[in-house]
Amino acid sequence: MSDLTPHDDHGSAPARLGHSPVADSPHTLRVADTDPKAAKRAERQVASMFLLSMVLVVAFIVCYWTIDKSTNIYIPVFGEVGLMTIALGLTSGLSILLIGTAAIQWAKKLMPDVEVVQQRHEMVSPEDATAEAVANYERGKEESGFVRFPIIRRTLIGAMALFPIPLVFLLRDLWQSPVSGTLTPAEILSTTIWKKGERIVVDATYQPIKAADLPIGGLVSAVPASLPEVQEAEGNLNARGKAAIILIRMDPAEIVSQQGDGWDYQGILAYSKICTHVGCPIALYEQRTHHLLCPCHQSTFDLANSGNVVFGPAARNMPQLPIGVDSEGYLIAMDDFSEPIGPSFWERG
Amino acid sequence: MSTTSPVEKAGAATATYVDQRLGSNKFLARNLGKVFPDHWSFMLGEIALYSFIVVLLTGTYLTLFFKPSMVEVVYNGSYVPLKGIEMSEAYASTLDISFDIRGGLLIRQMHHWAALIFLAAMTVHMFRVFFTGAFRKPREFNWIIGVVLVTMGLLAGFSGYSLPDDLLSGTGLQIARGIVQAIPVIGTWAAFLLFGGEFPGTDFISRLYAIHILLIPGLILALVTLHLIMVFTQKHTQFPGPGRTNDNVVGYPLMPVYMAKAGGFFFVVFGVIALVGGLISINPIWIFGPYTPDQVSAGSQPDWYIGFLDGALRLMPNWESTIAGFTLSWNILIPALIVPGILFTVLGAYPFIEAWVTGDKREHHLLDRPRNAPTRTAFGTMAISFYVLLLVGGGNDIIATAFDVSINSIIWFLRITLFIIPPLVFVFTRRICLGLQRRDQAKLLHGYEAGRILRLPHGEFIEVHQPLSVKELAVITSKNDIEPLPVPEKADIDGVKNKKFKSHNRRAKLSRFFYGDNIPLPSAAEIEAGQAHVAHDAELEAPLAAYEDADELRRAHGGVLHHPGMAETNAEQEAER
Repeated sequence: MSDLTPHDDHGSAPARLGHSPVADSPHTLRVADTDPKAAKRAERQVASMFLLSMVLVVAFIVCYWTIDKSTNIYIPVFGEVGLMTIALGLTSGLSILLIGTAAIQWAKKLMPDVEVVQQRHEMVSPEDATAEAVANYERGKEESGFVRFPIIRRTLIGAMALFPIPLVFLLRDLWQSPVSGTLTPAEILSTTIWKKGERIVVDATYQPIKAADLPIGGLVSAVPASLPEVQEAEGNLNARGKAAIILIRMDPAEIVSQQGDGWDYQGILAYSKICTHVGCPIALYEQRTHHLLCPCHQSTFDLANSGNVVFGPAARNMPQLPIGVDSEGYLIAMDDFSEPIGPSFWERG
Repeated sequence: MSTTSPVEKAGAATATYVDQRLGSNKFLARNLGKVFPDHWSFMLGEIALYSFIVVLLTGTYLTLFFKPSMVEVVYNGSYVPLKGIEMSEAYASTLDISFDIRGGLLIRQMHHWAALIFLAAMTVHMFRVFFTGAFRKPREFNWIIGVVLVTMGLLAGFSGYSLPDDLLSGTGLQIARGIVQAIPVIGTWAAFLLFGGEFPGTDFISRLYAIHILLIPGLILALVTLHLIMVFTQKHTQFPGPGRTNDNVVGYPLMPVYMAKAGGFFFVVFGVIALVGGLISINPIWIFGPYTPDQVSAGSQPDWYIGFLDGALRLMPNWESTIAGFTLSWNILIPALIVPGILFTVLGAYPFIEAWVTGDKREHHLLDRPRNAPTRTAFGTMAISFYVLLLVGGGNDIIATAFDVSINSIIWFLRITLFIIPPLVFVFTRRICLGLQRRDQAKLLHGYEAGRILRLPHGEFIEVHQPLSVKELAVITSKNDIEPLPVPEKADIDGVKNKKFKSHNRRAKLSRFFYGDNIPLPSAAEIEAGQAHVAHDAELEAPLAAYEDADELRRAHGGVLHHPGMAETNAEQEAER
């Protein structure tokens, strides 16, 4: 460690051209350096922090055993909080923190505060090392015959290029089409379980809905009546993710346009609930303007006017579901959506 | 060697045993006294490292209880409001961690807070490295590793946020899927392969889990190790100061000071995270409820580090085009893939861009003061202002409700200012930097203003200037003046056309843009003359100072204020008159 010298002895640092040479700033002694009492006090501070840390570990164990995990307490600002979490956090947090503050106090008060100087060396290797490396490389190149046997070289490159291909193939079955490989992703995204005659039911209770149940200005989140069975059969929520709709009712005179003739039923309109931007479910409906606002990225659709985009990043209309009533007067779908619901995709066109 | 205690003897024996097998003493000899420079801003990277360690520790604990499965179960734990409700096992086990495992919620909250701190610390550490030019030769590789680490950190955070399968995390995943689906040509298939079919499917949580707990942390760990090895072998950069040059390191030795400080700081970061995790609730998933693809809550917000991406998505106009029957969703591609792609590429390439423009091939170990690289600093603040505007965009709904302003106005305001504010910030920053350079120059030539006016015997008033302290002189003169590259010749003396004129000229122009306005340091002679002149001020002031000292003394002895030539009391004044 010959290049490790106390800073104070190193006043002749080479000044760079055009810069005035700088002397070292004088080193001021700390209180603990001159006053043994202060040094003793610092020693006691450090030791008490370590001691308190140990005590807090004991406190942690006591809290762990004695506090009931369901106890809540009210703390101003923080609100109603679990006592266990707070107690364990405080005891373990402080015990860890104190180790840190003790070590830093030790370093700052009692360890030397004189800076030392070490020389740097350029990262670049000395020339003889480089020459030796080059010689080794050349020898290896010659001995392997990499240059002499072009056919080996080329086939090696070919083999190296091809060998990862099986790994890529193995990723193919991350997904398999459910109907024995016949449907493409685009086809699957383009249909939902809505079909002609499918009853519209409330999304949480699965109650069928009559037109009279929905007042003007009202909104209901709804799903197909067959959804529970489909979910049961498929074992996932995929069908729900595509078939979710909202029903809204407005004065028929206020409907400016629809995506199809007579797709409403007495002013009741059904629109997909899935945003055409990136697929968030939408339910923020403003009755007065008939605007539907997506809470994720604020795309806004005008439901009185074919679900057109009036603001925000979504590019496509909210798809409309044609509806009617069955013989018992319950609302039903008249068809599936006429276009894919949800976000756009490459094959959608 | 004065090893006397049994513990030390055992330690020495162990060291010998290991050394005989690994030659470790050579390493210790070289490095136990290794010098690390001290500066508060060097702790930012330490915070990132330590919070990452806390993330690993707490994360490992969470894996003992978390079940990465989307199988539907009926919740029967101790959180009453959700009892009897169907939910995925992932969500149910997260509830168990939060309510039924003692200290589980503490660890979960520590994990989340530590992750947020990890990302914040990395970001600010990157700012420090950028603005001080620490990325310059020989540290370009480490800069790139840093950029990759930030990217990995974003992925780690997002993948973790998505695991509990609560309503909020599911919404984030839904958006991520929408983005993947927008990728041209392969998007639809990529989304199906990633999610194992349609959204939400039943595979994604377990796949994401492998990515979150194995793939990404493994990569981060490997890169962090590499990052630290490079810091170690290249030795840490240092700020300018007395005795600090480009060829040395001034600071404290690893053993004992740096070990105690850095080691202690680990416990400080760890302890603070434990306190925050115990006291401040974060991501209370039990309030959001289990995920279902047809519900969402208003005011859905991602974690802060995803905010800029979400903001970009919100601000983008709704452009989409259909070409030959195929859809291109610019409204998603631009904000979610193209803009961040450009941002991170430029970020990673910056050291090389700057080195190319300056033609500077030297090693740099002495940090730049941001003012001394005005164009770089201006680029940095410009990028930050762009980022912050996007972040504000990500919280536009919160701003709209909190301040009762129209959300449409906020979006339009941001859409426009996104192109106005960053260039303005660039210009202002550059001017401020150049102003500060001028101030430094004035200080070198005239010293600093003492704030005292002195009247000389012949009636002249001067403002007293004082010489700079050794430290300040060293800091200011550390400036690295870079001359802009000269304009290339169109043809040489023999009339041979310079074929590379165009590219060289472009580079010269860029170089002028970077360094043309630089206020060069005065020459050593000028500085010396300036400081000598300042010393002259002190000489002029000396009699006054001596008088004031005497005056002080008199006052201390109960005397009265006395000025030369001035009568002491009213009576005397009268008499004089």
